[in-house]
Amino acid sequence: MAAKTLLINGTMVSAREGETILEAARDAGVKIPTLCHLDGLSDVGACRLCLVEVGGRLRPACTTTVSEGMDVHTHTDALKAYRRQIIELLFAERGHVCAVCVASGHCELQDMAVTLGMDHVRYAYLAPTCSVDISHERFGLDHNRCILCSRCVRACDEVEGVHTWDIAGRGTSARVITDMNQPWGESETCTACGKCLLACPTGALFKRGATVAEMEHAPARIAMIVESRRVRG
Amino acid sequence: MSQRIVIDPVTRIEGHAKISIYLDDMGEVSDARFHVTEFRGFERFCEGRPFWEMPAITARICGICPVSHLLASAKAGDGILAVDIPPAADKLRRMMNLAQIVQSHALSFFHLSGPDFILGFDSDPATRNVFGLIAANPELARSGIRLRQFGQEVIEHLGGRKIHPAWAVPGGVRSGLPDQARQAIREKLPEAFSITRAAIGHMKTFLDTYRDEAASFGTFESLFMGLVADDGTWEHYGGALRVVDATGAILEDHVEARRYAEIIGEAVEPWSYLKFPYYQPRGYPDGMYRVGPLARINVCRSFGTPQADDELIELRQRGGATIKSSFFYHYARLVEILGALERIARLLDDPDLASRRLRADAGVNRLESVGISEAPRGSLIHHYKVDEHGLITQVNLIIATGQNNLAMNRTVAQIARRFVRGNTIPEGMLNRVEAGIRAFDPCLSCSTHAAGQMALDVRLIGPDGQELDRVVR
Repeated sequence: MAAKTLLINGTMVSAREGETILEAARDAGVKIPTLCHLDGLSDVGACRLCLVEVGGRLRPACTTTVSEGMDVHTHTDALKAYRRQIIELLFAERGHVCAVCVASGHCELQDMAVTLGMDHVRYAYLAPTCSVDISHERFGLDHNRCILCSRCVRACDEVEGVHTWDIAGRGTSARVITDMNQPWGESETCTACGKCLLACPTGALFKRGATVAEMEHAPARIAMIVESRRVRG
Repeated sequence: MSQRIVIDPVTRIEGHAKISIYLDDMGEVSDARFHVTEFRGFERFCEGRPFWEMPAITARICGICPVSHLLASAKAGDGILAVDIPPAADKLRRMMNLAQIVQSHALSFFHLSGPDFILGFDSDPATRNVFGLIAANPELARSGIRLRQFGQEVIEHLGGRKIHPAWAVPGGVRSGLPDQARQAIREKLPEAFSITRAAIGHMKTFLDTYRDEAASFGTFESLFMGLVADDGTWEHYGGALRVVDATGAILEDHVEARRYAEIIGEAVEPWSYLKFPYYQPRGYPDGMYRVGPLARINVCRSFGTPQADDELIELRQRGGATIKSSFFYHYARLVEILGALERIARLLDDPDLASRRLRADAGVNRLESVGISEAPRGSLIHHYKVDEHGLITQVNLIIATGQNNLAMNRTVAQIARRFVRGNTIPEGMLNRVEAGIRAFDPCLSCSTHAAGQMALDVRLIGPDGQELDRVVR
């Protein structure tokens, strides 16, 4: 596989052909913020947090492959401002109330807000009335806390292989759904494996009966499952 | 010409309220009203949430007594699961509630009402606050802070944080009390006892110093309600409701939580966001009852712990077998701290606390449940209905301060009649009216599930609505 040479923040970096900017940057020790990316799953470029500047244009680092002579900037002032805006918009779009959330303290959205210095939200909250589905015997879904990263959809499809989850609707009306948009407890395809819970970055998917700050996800286990399957062939 | 004096907002209480005093043509007080001016709507926006989340959500109603909501809510959750929680969880919850009573009562006595007692009701309002108290009697102020700290630290040892611990959950509690935490609490108990005993000593002298206030601060006949244990002793978490009348006769006894609506009705008035609960059989407003420290002492046979029982004898000698003066709320509060400390000391030696079984696991087995605990300010009732999956469909919260609403209004009128004369506004008089309210230690954030800021704005308004006089501080 041919090697590509590119500049990341002015430093010469060598990357494998076909690698994404995100992977090349990580290998070079440059940490680019992500939410919808999860090791072990395919990338979809949904959250736009990993936007980088390539030759003055914005590109999602998770879905853009490296090319020879690329000039990538990952942390310009403009990019930092965009990333904070993205997080603010995510908070403004649904009902994220950390104080009483099952995932508080174990939430990638919350951590990202802290990391990016989001001390307040400058946009008007949409405050939609989103439903909560705890019809499943073991798990619950709170649309208020969903950021539509689609990690549950991909984990269910690519790792468990049943594709119970999908996304219906568009824009602010988009919702993750199970099967034909029926209550999770009535899903015929769900195997109750819990991989969607492992993958979820927020408190949107949780163990039924979880109380505040009690829901700890384990997203790294998705990559472990994928890797162990690969090793076993 | 009749007039109206408005105190808005009332100071040194938890929350936001105003008082209107109506004068008749002769300048005599004809009526007075205690208005609670805030609204938050917890009962509405809890709808649709999983009931497992309710303890932590409702705890956010208040930063002073989150533990009370946490426990009443967790008890209601136990009912939906239809479980008896493990003994260790029951005892740990009790310990947290006792610590909550200690810290909240210490705040009420030392920080909120202390300035009136130590500096005097007529002292300069600019210094009649906790800072003035620190200047006048630093040792007393410091000891009050230390006592509150003790209660808060016990809460932190149990729940991991002092304010809003999400620790009690439907079915039990999330964690136990490590041995080193138990030891740390044990080491701090002697100081807490000595501060409390000293405060009770002060209280006895205040009863002589402020004889006039003690006689006129809400002294009237009413019913009293609170939890009592099966044997009739003082209770704060378990047991069942008892209602007594002004003579001490028991009107209701062994009323379990789920039957609360049989004895409590709720009325509303257009001039306050705070509901007016009343004793159903006597109707509204004749069914006025009081809850809180004074009521708990009036409904119980004894404390069940030696030091508090000794003090209870003297308290009843001074106030009567069934105490009618709301001024005695302060005294009752201090004796309750003493009893709570004794119970904490007793619990620390309980071998059950070492158990690792802390949480019963079950699904939704009942669609309706009521949980009652004694908040520092009185009986707190959480009533939930859920759907088959456990999502909340209806919430009713009856808060201690609400239950004292009728009595607080009566108190304000009584004090105004005793101390207000003519259409001028002497500041000390207004403070006495506020102090009458403070005796109940109202928590309006809880009672309307609302929050607010405190200042004082007093208006004297004629019958045509014209403002005749105004004092702002």
